Amino acid sequence: MEEIYAKFVSQKISKTRWRPLPPGSLQTAETFATGSWDNEENYVSLWSIGDFENLDSDGGFEGDHQLLCDIRHHGDIMDLQFFDQERIVTASSTGCVTVFLHHPNNQTLSVNQQWTTAHYHTGPSSPSYSSAPCTGIVCNNPEIVTVGEDGRINLFRADHKEAVRTIDNADSSTLHAVTFLRTPEILTVNSIGQLKIWDFRQQGNEPSQILSLTGDRVPLHCVDRHPNQQHVVATGGQDGMLSIWDVRQGTMPVSLLKAHEAEMWEVHFHPSNPDHLFTCSEDGSLWHWDASTDVPEKSLLFHQGGRTSTFLSHSISNQANVHQSVISSWLSTDPAKDRIEITSLLPSRTLSVNSLDVLGPCLVCGTDAEAIYVTRHLFS
Amino acid sequence: MEELDGEPTVTLIPGVNSKKHQMCFDWGPGEMLVCETSFNKKEKSEVVPSCPFIYIIRKDVDVYSQVLRKLFNESHGIFVGLQRIEEELTGKSRKSQLVRVSKNYRSVIRACMEEMHQVAIAAKDPASGRQFSSQVSILSAMELIWNLCEILFIEVAPAGPLLLHLLDWVRLHVCEVDSLSADVLGSENPSKHESFWNLVTILVLQGRLDEARQMLSKEADTSPTSAGMCRIMGELMRTMPILSPGNTQTLTELELKWQHWHEECERYLQDCTFASNPHLESLCKIMLGDEAALLEQKELLSNWYHFLVTRLLYSNPTVKPIDLQYYAQSSLDLFLGGESSPEPLDNILMAAFEFDIHQVIKECSIALSNWWFVAHLTDLLDHCKLLQSHNLYFGSNMRECLLLEYASGLFAHPSLWQLGVDYFDYCPELGRVSLELHIERIPLNTEQKALKVLRICEQRQMTEQVRSICKILAMKAVRNNRLGSALSWSIRAKDAAFATLVSDRFLRDYCERGCFSDLDLIDNLGPAMMLSDRLTFLGKYREFHRVYGEKRFADAASLLLSLMTSQIAPRSFWMTLLTDALPLLEQKQVIFSAEQTYELMQCLEDLTSGRPVHGGPDTQQCQDDDIETTKVEMLRLALARNLARAIVREGSLEGF
Repeated sequence: MEEIYAKFVSQKISKTRWRPLPPGSLQTAETFATGSWDNEENYVSLWSIGDFENLDSDGGFEGDHQLLCDIRHHGDIMDLQFFDQERIVTASSTGCVTVFLHHPNNQTLSVNQQWTTAHYHTGPSSPSYSSAPCTGIVCNNPEIVTVGEDGRINLFRADHKEAVRTIDNADSSTLHAVTFLRTPEILTVNSIGQLKIWDFRQQGNEPSQILSLTGDRVPLHCVDRHPNQQHVVATGGQDGMLSIWDVRQGTMPVSLLKAHEAEMWEVHFHPSNPDHLFTCSEDGSLWHWDASTDVPEKSLLFHQGGRTSTFLSHSISNQANVHQSVISSWLSTDPAKDRIEITSLLPSRTLSVNSLDVLGPCLVCGTDAEAIYVTRHLFS
Repeated sequence: MEELDGEPTVTLIPGVNSKKHQMCFDWGPGEMLVCETSFNKKEKSEVVPSCPFIYIIRKDVDVYSQVLRKLFNESHGIFVGLQRIEEELTGKSRKSQLVRVSKNYRSVIRACMEEMHQVAIAAKDPASGRQFSSQVSILSAMELIWNLCEILFIEVAPAGPLLLHLLDWVRLHVCEVDSLSADVLGSENPSKHESFWNLVTILVLQGRLDEARQMLSKEADTSPTSAGMCRIMGELMRTMPILSPGNTQTLTELELKWQHWHEECERYLQDCTFASNPHLESLCKIMLGDEAALLEQKELLSNWYHFLVTRLLYSNPTVKPIDLQYYAQSSLDLFLGGESSPEPLDNILMAAFEFDIHQVIKECSIALSNWWFVAHLTDLLDHCKLLQSHNLYFGSNMRECLLLEYASGLFAHPSLWQLGVDYFDYCPELGRVSLELHIERIPLNTEQKALKVLRICEQRQMTEQVRSICKILAMKAVRNNRLGSALSWSIRAKDAAFATLVSDRFLRDYCERGCFSDLDLIDNLGPAMMLSDRLTFLGKYREFHRVYGEKRFADAASLLLSLMTSQIAPRSFWMTLLTDALPLLEQKQVIFSAEQTYELMQCLEDLTSGRPVHGGPDTQQCQDDDIETTKVEMLRLALARNLARAIVREGSLEGF
């Protein structure tokens, strides 16, 4: 990958997200948001990747990203999502969930809405109030679901002051991430290697389904759902393993792929090209997984890193009765036939890559080495 | 001990009056805490309410600069890369690699300098603007020193190429000429521009003779009177022999040619060819290396090392590295002319010209306000195998000493600590110990941060630190009443004692509430259950409930019994277990065999006989005892009935 631009920004980046494009738009992604962590002062920032014509005079060159605006954020930014074109939702280590509004006219950010005690260990009414970090957010306009170290799940609705639904003690351990499965079902991953499916139609604080890795309870840190096939889910664990799950069947992952050498912090299916998957890790690497079946003569190749990834897929379901055409390339479990091509995207190993996001041909990632990397030509 | 290298600087702490109160202090990593003691100097009885503040004095303030952070982060990558490429390369390729690394470092300094410059221009108040500007000049000085060190120590340029490198060095750092050149050439009539001759002179001083020639041709075009002189001067400039990298001529050949050219210049001067034009005459003198003529251009030379390089260019272009220091010293003396004394930068450059690496690093350490420069430069020079001969009176290794200092500074910063880890890794002697001491002091406000710290420790097999971090997190979870989380952490730390403690809490909660919490964890303990006996019991006891719930009574019964007979269950819990057996005893079909019933009875007797007899009149105690006695009675009855049924059943079965 030649065209990947790095910019050092003097803050450790915990989250990077592209601003969604208006539906039906033909442009490519231009603006992304970042959140910082572990600084004395943390910021939510909006960046623009300059357009080709507009070279600026003081050495800014093509592809370099420029700061549009930023705003101070109380606590580490644990997660960050775009709610819509203008609004950004952040999760804070202080347990607070904030909605920021971007004003494109004068390029500023302001606080639009805030739930200050969304996550806590001891209640806000008690004198020994202690907050708990909020670890994950997922948005589906108008709903916002948050999870935290307190094992609590909150369902907020924009413009509602109070939580619409709260599941206390939903999990005995820390919830690390959340995603929508199909409304109103959500999926959470926790620090003892479990995937839980929750249905907001059901009362009570029991999940409707629990899936788990076998035995060793390796914490899961991230989860993403296949954009078209809603039963296909990818998770990343503390040991750097990528697991692919079919939530319709079995309680174990369909395949386990040995990937990074340390915590996998994020996994994302490409939103419009879901045969491609992206992962990043504490070990400072960013990988592109290509499982598309139209590439002839594929083999399990690993470029640049010089390390071959082993395929630990194990077949647990008799897939013969499932019609071949609907099987996602991620679910086929014959390692000899279907190979995945893996490419390392970063030029050199750095400190932890905490976050990544893909949109169209564009990818952005942020690291603990205080650099933001952007490429606009993913599939070139 | 050596004597002090300079007066210690006085740091004033605002708000503290050391005349009134006594002060005390404590060292931290990279910083110092100062506070007032409660002692009063004057021995008066009344206690003056002393200042409630503790002051933090930061030694390494540069770490907190936003712009310099980029320098630290970017150079961290280069540093780690340097440590990795090191081993496999030897000879020429190794040298070129090292030069490349050095250039990378310099380009990072340059980028940082440019950004700092932008910040200085954009600064709103003049005070901070000045501060940024002074940072720019410090960075510029760093780059200047680094570049010279690169030429002399890393590139190790021999006679001939040495001067070319030095020329590049001067051209890079005395760069006002470019803007001046643009200014002059942009004017309507360049040769009539007031700075025209200054520009030509500077170009000659920097050895940029081609450009100077072009300038002269402009002069020749506009003033026919001096056209002839300009042509001759241009010819002299064109014919000056210089070493070009691709050329195969030997140094002797070059020297011969140069000598010939020099004599030609001299002839022109003596012929008074340029007498009618003082500018051209002065240029001719400069090209002859005439010291007086050079010193006349002090303003344009701007500093002594420029003077040195120009002087060498026109008097001894094939200077040997070993002779540099004599020229350097005399150039410094001539240039300053006794009017001013050398500044720290001059001393550092002089030490470099003397090839005294140790002195360069020492002077830099004193003059510069951060450890970044010396740590990285020393490390690079060490990779060039230049520092072995230096035996220091402190520690074992200067490189390591400086790296430790720099890394400690990074650890003092709330967010740069992650960079420090890699620096400690490459300090073979004290790096690990330092890392162990520092890593424990990082505040862990989220689990995510804790996981990052844990990963650092686990990668380096720092088991002690892993244990302590997990324990901190487990304690925190217990305090927040997150028992499941606490148990997970103690399992991760393999901390049996703490697992026992948490398990007890679980059991107590069960006794109080009659149901288990955190089933998702307890049901999935797996092999981790073996960590402590109590945890095993917790897991097994929960399993009993599950089996019972599934109405597999026989399995449940034998599991329950084995919990007691194998002594896994704590004595205090036996009564609960026996009570749990009651419904099984009362089932329609016989579940406990006769033998099992005997064992149960044995357990019950063990429990009741071991109990001390209370003689106190405590009513509460009496009430409790009453309940207990009823329980025991009921159990005895149930056991006896079950035994009877079991005997009958077993007897009749045998009869068939």
